[in-house]
Amino acid sequence: MKNHTVFFKSGVFIEDTATIVGPKEAEGPLGRYFDKSVSDDLLGQKSHEKAEIRLHISAIRYLLNKTGHKDGDVDLCISGDLLDEIVGASLTMREFDIPFMGVYNACATFAESLILASSLIDGGNFDRIICSTSSHFCTAERQYRFPLELGNQRTPLSQWTATGVGATMLNRVKGKIRIDCATIGRVVDYGVRDANDMGACMAPAARETLLSHFEGSSRDVDYYDMILTGDLGEAGSGLLRLLMEEKGVRLGEKYRDCGVLLFNRVAQDVGQGGSGAACSSSVFNGYVYKKMMCGELKRVLLIPTGALCSKTSTLQGETVPGIAHAVSFTV
Amino acid sequence: METFLTYLQVFAVGGTICLIGQVIINTTKVTSARILVGYLLLGVVLETAGVYKYIRDFGKAGATVPIIGFGSNLARGAIDGALESGILGAVTGGIEAVAAGIAAVIFFAFIVGLVATPKTK
Amino acid sequence: MNEPNEAYLKLIKEKMPKSKHLLTMFRAFWTGGTICCIGQAFTDLYTFLFSELGEKDVAALTTITLIFITAVLTGFGIYDKIGAYAGAGSIVPITGFANSVVSPAVEHKREGVVFGLCANMFSVAGPVIVFGISSSVVVGLIVILFKGAFGG
Repeated sequence: MKNHTVFFKSGVFIEDTATIVGPKEAEGPLGRYFDKSVSDDLLGQKSHEKAEIRLHISAIRYLLNKTGHKDGDVDLCISGDLLDEIVGASLTMREFDIPFMGVYNACATFAESLILASSLIDGGNFDRIICSTSSHFCTAERQYRFPLELGNQRTPLSQWTATGVGATMLNRVKGKIRIDCATIGRVVDYGVRDANDMGACMAPAARETLLSHFEGSSRDVDYYDMILTGDLGEAGSGLLRLLMEEKGVRLGEKYRDCGVLLFNRVAQDVGQGGSGAACSSSVFNGYVYKKMMCGELKRVLLIPTGALCSKTSTLQGETVPGIAHAVSFTV
Repeated sequence: METFLTYLQVFAVGGTICLIGQVIINTTKVTSARILVGYLLLGVVLETAGVYKYIRDFGKAGATVPIIGFGSNLARGAIDGALESGILGAVTGGIEAVAAGIAAVIFFAFIVGLVATPKTK
Repeated sequence: MNEPNEAYLKLIKEKMPKSKHLLTMFRAFWTGGTICCIGQAFTDLYTFLFSELGEKDVAALTTITLIFITAVLTGFGIYDKIGAYAGAGSIVPITGFANSVVSPAVEHKREGVVFGLCANMFSVAGPVIVFGISSSVVVGLIVILFKGAFGG
């Protein structure tokens, strides 16, 4: 394995995808690309945690219905979210008769699940795997920050956790879009302490993963139609451009960030843009998937990014390292 | 006219205390809990040093409504308690002086907590 | 391998967006001043209505009123919107303290009344009570030791 980059030679294909988002995401510029949206992000549940689980269940159920599969047709579900002990995905999966593996890499969880699933399918023992991640503004806010009703100002660096779910069904034979290779990132810590400044925490990890992907795959920026980071936000994406230029790589027009694409940053008052485990999964499975299906995009590199911290670790004075994994899709 | 002047003083003193708080938030990124504690302790110190009463005389509610006034209340209660009833007063004086505020905040938080639900932003 | 990267920390200090000082300071000033004026108005009202009450009782009544208003605004989800605009202007007044007690109470109700609402009520504002009461006891003891200086 060269530069942490793995090629899936025997074929891993996207069979179909499903996305469900909250009201704010549906009002954003990508609204029409999502399969479903809810108008009330509590979904009639008693808590936002229960609502997030309900969203996750509906997304997977919808994906199964869409593809005409029963629970038994799926060999494995690799899912994650941001709640403590990834309890959101875990409780989601009690509704299904599908084997389950829970994963966590903060907001880069979606990439982690895709890479694991691709490796398992490529290995020959699994035929069909669902990868999904969810996040919810209200649950993330109370877990990582403050109570919703506390009258605190959000810093200009803050980002808005996306409410939604993105789910991808992978299999070994059927599908137009193929996952051909992936680069697994390292935990990168440049010593940033401000957990609100997630763009700055994650940009170095994104650079490292991007550079080792280019090296390991012998590709460059020109090879791809679109290079898409997860949730660096507006300022964080600017930072990544700078960091890449330091190493002599110009990202140019092809580079985009899911968090920036998801919202009208200023009009919707979301600080630097969207974030959360559902940010990259909903933007990829909604927007990018449809653009690739209609042939507008042929080669896409998705690099979900995660800031690795908990409320406890930040209180204990730990720095906030970042992680990023790259997944390459081709039509 | 006199009333207007009083309110102007209240506005200026209260506003300035909050403005300084904002400068601290902007430059150090501290959270609200730390701002509250910092101002509270400042109030305790200024009251104990005998300075705060001048600010209070000038600023009225502008000096008592901010949390710094809560701190000065605590200190004043402890000082009065200690002078009037010795060691027991020294221990209970502070909390007695702010008992109304603390009782109100706990009671109303309990009631509102039971009734209200967090809203989506 | 993971030493703090000073050059990078310097870069983000330069490049990342900062708070708008003048704007936020202006907002904090006028909202904070206004909240204090509302407090003064209640003080004047209570002095007028209940002429038999002393200065301390009127002040206590004013505090209770402000806390009540904040609790209601927090319950209706309005206070945090004021806070988003006002910043320190709505944190520093006693109303900000009340908001930081009421908001976790509302937030944690879903984990039950005892272990959620009650146990978490002071999860944000607890330090204020702890520091406040502890420091007042220290002040009281200092007064006992140096009675002369405080006119005793």
